[in-house]
Amino acid sequence: MSKNKHEAIFTPIGLNYDSNGRVEKSVELPPVTKKKHKSLGLSDDDVVGMFRQMYLQRRFEERAMQMYQKGKFGGFLHLYIGQEAISTGTVYALDDRDDIITAYRDHGWGLVRGITANEGMAELFGKATGCSKGKGGSMHFAKAENHFWGGHGIVGGHIPIAAGLAFANKYKGNGEISCCFFGDGAVDQGSLHETLNMAQLWKLPCIFVVENNGYSMGTAAHRHTVGEIYERANGYGMKSAMFNGMDAFTVYENMKKIADDVRENSIPYFIEIRTYRYRGHSMSDPQKYRTKQELEEYQKTDPVERMKTYILDEKILKEKELESIQEEIEQEVLESIDFAEKSPFPEPEELYEDMFAGTPYFHDR
Amino acid sequence: MAVLQFREALLQAIDEEMDRDENVFIMGEEVAEYNGAYKVTEGLLDKYGFKRVIDTPISELGFSGIGVGAAMKGLRPIVEFMTFNFAVLAADQILNHASKIRYMLGGQASVPIVFRGPNASAGQLAATHSVAYDSMYAHFPGLVVIYPSEPDDAKGLLKSAIRCEDPVIFMESEQMYGMKGEVSDEEDYIIPIGKAKVKREGDDVTVIASGKMYHVAKKAAAELAKDGVEMELIDPRTIKPLDMDTIIQSVKKTNRCVIVDEAHPYGGMAAEAGFIIQREAFDYLDAPVRRVTLPDVHAPFAKNLFDLWLPDAKRVIDAVNAVTYRN
Repeated sequence: MSKNKHEAIFTPIGLNYDSNGRVEKSVELPPVTKKKHKSLGLSDDDVVGMFRQMYLQRRFEERAMQMYQKGKFGGFLHLYIGQEAISTGTVYALDDRDDIITAYRDHGWGLVRGITANEGMAELFGKATGCSKGKGGSMHFAKAENHFWGGHGIVGGHIPIAAGLAFANKYKGNGEISCCFFGDGAVDQGSLHETLNMAQLWKLPCIFVVENNGYSMGTAAHRHTVGEIYERANGYGMKSAMFNGMDAFTVYENMKKIADDVRENSIPYFIEIRTYRYRGHSMSDPQKYRTKQELEEYQKTDPVERMKTYILDEKILKEKELESIQEEIEQEVLESIDFAEKSPFPEPEELYEDMFAGTPYFHDR
Repeated sequence: MAVLQFREALLQAIDEEMDRDENVFIMGEEVAEYNGAYKVTEGLLDKYGFKRVIDTPISELGFSGIGVGAAMKGLRPIVEFMTFNFAVLAADQILNHASKIRYMLGGQASVPIVFRGPNASAGQLAATHSVAYDSMYAHFPGLVVIYPSEPDDAKGLLKSAIRCEDPVIFMESEQMYGMKGEVSDEEDYIIPIGKAKVKREGDDVTVIASGKMYHVAKKAAAELAKDGVEMELIDPRTIKPLDMDTIIQSVKKTNRCVIVDEAHPYGGMAAEAGFIIQREAFDYLDAPVRRVTLPDVHAPFAKNLFDLWLPDAKRVIDAVNAVTYRN
């Protein structure tokens, strides 16, 4: 027997592996748009609205984290901090009637689609006043009346569902499109590949968006998947794009163009938006898989700070006005904690509610 | 009463519902151009066109999920599996999504979808093509599970399933598609979900059997009658909700019960019904409840082993003899 000359190493650890001391980044960010808001078709009010929204998402989650650490609620808590430009830029680019569905890192998506801070915080606390009546928790925010279909906990599970929403839209001819967001970890699921094939085959008006935040839980993108993620669309003959997700204008500019194409031509689109998750995968993540330096590199490109600077540089608002908006949002978030704490837990009878749209049936009850 | 094949009864149900409601559509492998792997969808493509009769690639997980999403957005998909043995690949969509979405989102969405196709074994197809999944799906809250045995039940219950506001697992059998039976010609014939049917009355023993096993039990009933043993044969028709009231009422009359179930023994419908019978009719039982199931073994290919594996009339007769203390 000849000796195998290939050493059996399958997924070498990410840190310091072959990096020779360099800061090894898990995602390379492409340049942001150079266009100013007006040439993108955004008004001053839009820009302020975008800032408010991103700041709300940021403060909501920072406070939620504190409450979690204080033991105010249980379950998982996956924070979106660092990725707010994607939800915000997208929602400004889409029509309000377009469908959005996402994975479990969903608080930002819920807030930007009209879940109030009160409804969101109460859901985290598992209260009856939560957006999902306290039955879904952190991973299952939803506001169906605003075409936000959740919040889903199985990695890749909601991808075919997004295509199903698009299928229904095309079937009804209602002019709506659907937009599906998932992390880089989900690109390794078979559900994505089955769905991309059918979406392209049936020309479903659906945008599939990978929010590549560099890590599938604790495994760096280059350690869990091969090649460039956005290039996978090529294998399906599907249009694709890749852009920077740390800047709301860049997200808006690209998503607007893509949404128009998808709506006009009834086609699917596959997008990789590069971003970075500041916090751990969930609250129990010690983050031993990345360096502090790497995190700091990305925090220099913070989407909320960038928007703040833009607003001041472009003299859209004075510093005082910006501060008062921040203060207002801070209050809104603090009040939401108060609201959540004071809200009642679901009544015991609620255990059996919402199981069935038709005739309820519970075996052996 | 018209005499129809099982597949024709199913086709009538689908056709009538598609005709009635344009949000109903059917998708699955070979349902359109091929006219259905088992010809259940024959002629639907010609009648309703490519928008509503859709051939899918072999991607059970993907097309089941597309069905779930379409249902959430107001359509009424019928998703055909070539067999429920292949639906295992779609288990995430059926068990984690179709059944749970409504509850998780606090009632904000509903999933009116029918997953249908043949269940259980169909001759010598070996281990992966021979499993009865009705009990497994019935385990999960939020799913309705229907497994009819005769064309009439199939038509009335499939129409109910398509109109159901919640996800339904509708199970058939490759070996029953050609089976003929009288089907009501009542206009808009509906059988309510969750109602068992006493298909043969008798005083000596209650036998519960659904789907293909109903016919095995029926054969046993004819044999036993020759010996003067009168079986009361109940077809639950829906595995969930399981009509325990009808079953208990019968057991209180006959005092003996055999459950025939094409699942493996552990945690199947037989185990569940048996448990409830002992609890609700303990004082009425003259013998422990018996069950006839598959063994805790995969389906073998070899004919002689397969015949040992699959419950037959003789095993039902043996079980009836045991509970009636004959022999």
